[in-house]
Amino acid sequence: MSSPIRVLLAKVGLDGHDRGVKVVARTLRDAGMDVIYTGLHRTPDEVVNAAIQEDVDVLGISLLSGAHMTICPKIMALLEEKDASDTIVVVGGVVPDEDVNALKEMGVKELLLQDTPPNKIVETLQRLGDERGPR
Amino acid sequence: MPIPSGELVARLKKGDLRAASRLMSRAEAHDEATLASMGEIYKSAGRAHIVGLTGVPGSGKSTLVSKLVETIRNDGRRVGVIAIDPSSPFSGGSILGDRIRMTNLVMDEGVYIRSMATRGSTGGLARSALTAVDILDVAGFDIVIIETVGVGQDEVEIAQASHSTIVVSAPGLGDDVQAIKAGILEIADIHVVSKCDRPDSNRTITDLKTMLAMGINIAIKDQEGRPLWQVPVVGTSSEKGEGIDTLIQTIDRHRDVHRSTQLGVERMRRIAEYRTFKTAEDLLRSRFFDSTNNRLNATVDQIAKRELDPFTASTELLSKVAF
Repeated sequence: MSSPIRVLLAKVGLDGHDRGVKVVARTLRDAGMDVIYTGLHRTPDEVVNAAIQEDVDVLGISLLSGAHMTICPKIMALLEEKDASDTIVVVGGVVPDEDVNALKEMGVKELLLQDTPPNKIVETLQRLGDERGPR
Repeated sequence: MPIPSGELVARLKKGDLRAASRLMSRAEAHDEATLASMGEIYKSAGRAHIVGLTGVPGSGKSTLVSKLVETIRNDGRRVGVIAIDPSSPFSGGSILGDRIRMTNLVMDEGVYIRSMATRGSTGGLARSALTAVDILDVAGFDIVIIETVGVGQDEVEIAQASHSTIVVSAPGLGDDVQAIKAGILEIADIHVVSKCDRPDSNRTITDLKTMLAMGINIAIKDQEGRPLWQVPVVGTSSEKGEGIDTLIQTIDRHRDVHRSTQLGVERMRRIAEYRTFKTAEDLLRSRFFDSTNNRLNATVDQIAKRELDPFTASTELLSKVAF
């Protein structure tokens, strides 16, 4: 018996819009994944601590506030610092095209922006999980 | 390359929480290759006091856990929490939302919270919840709280999994308190009435106290014929922070009785028995699926058409399971 993919969905910083992340949570649940949702207004430290305690395969950060270039580097650095770089980080929400490469260079594995259909989100997480393999 | 489980166990014994996290995932995966390591963890555990907290959905379990942990932390004890939510019966997936009520705890190094999904387990617990408790025990947590899924009337497994079982009732359920008398209300070592800032909470407290007073006294007694433990009813308000200290004192008092009397001896044996049955059941289940994988679908189709009956088919399938 193998385990379903475990995903932590996080809303970080001053971003009160969580309809999107709840739809994503439901989509992943319906695809058989275990989804842990942090709730709104979390800090990068809180999110990384939760990701470690929950030992998630995927950390999904939902950002609609435009703060991605401030928040994502902090999260990536904390994961590195706490020896949790094997966590797959995915960013979803509203990110301008010109920031996409910069985020990928930081180690964000995939960006799932506002026009991503639900099945694409599921496929992406499954692919990234397969690529990483067992741990 | 995955780190060998044996190495993770060695790290766990030194209190490494990253190792604890990974071992819990392996316990959840039910890989038979990790069973020896889980066994080693079981043998090293046994120090922590295990508190089970159960109640109907929306009775305020997660919020109460959050307050409890916050207050226990004031005296320096380290607390682990296993928070269980249901898996979807259709997709097998889950949304685990208990952490949302516990956000004030996440930056405290002395607190560890782990969410688990039931994955088809029906007694209110997750299959590997007790292994996760062992892992936190070995990691050095003094108290481990298991929060069950929101339960109905009959999910009483928590009583065979914890040293002190708390049943949380919310006021306003009125006659429902009467209705759920048998089953869940019987397993409490401590009753909590939550949301006591509400005016109708006194009625719920009275209902519970009356129920306890009427109950046939099947408690374990001391030599003078007095019950070793009389089930108390504690009113709490997580909103106002009231009753939390009393609840912790009550839990500690129950722990002392549990540890020093026949009560604990019998409880520990029941827990051991439950774990043996559950572990055997899990092993049987996974081996059943492994060895019948190819034929199961065809057999089920035949049974659905009533060409075959479930009794003959099950006997036949079980005879093929590899032991």
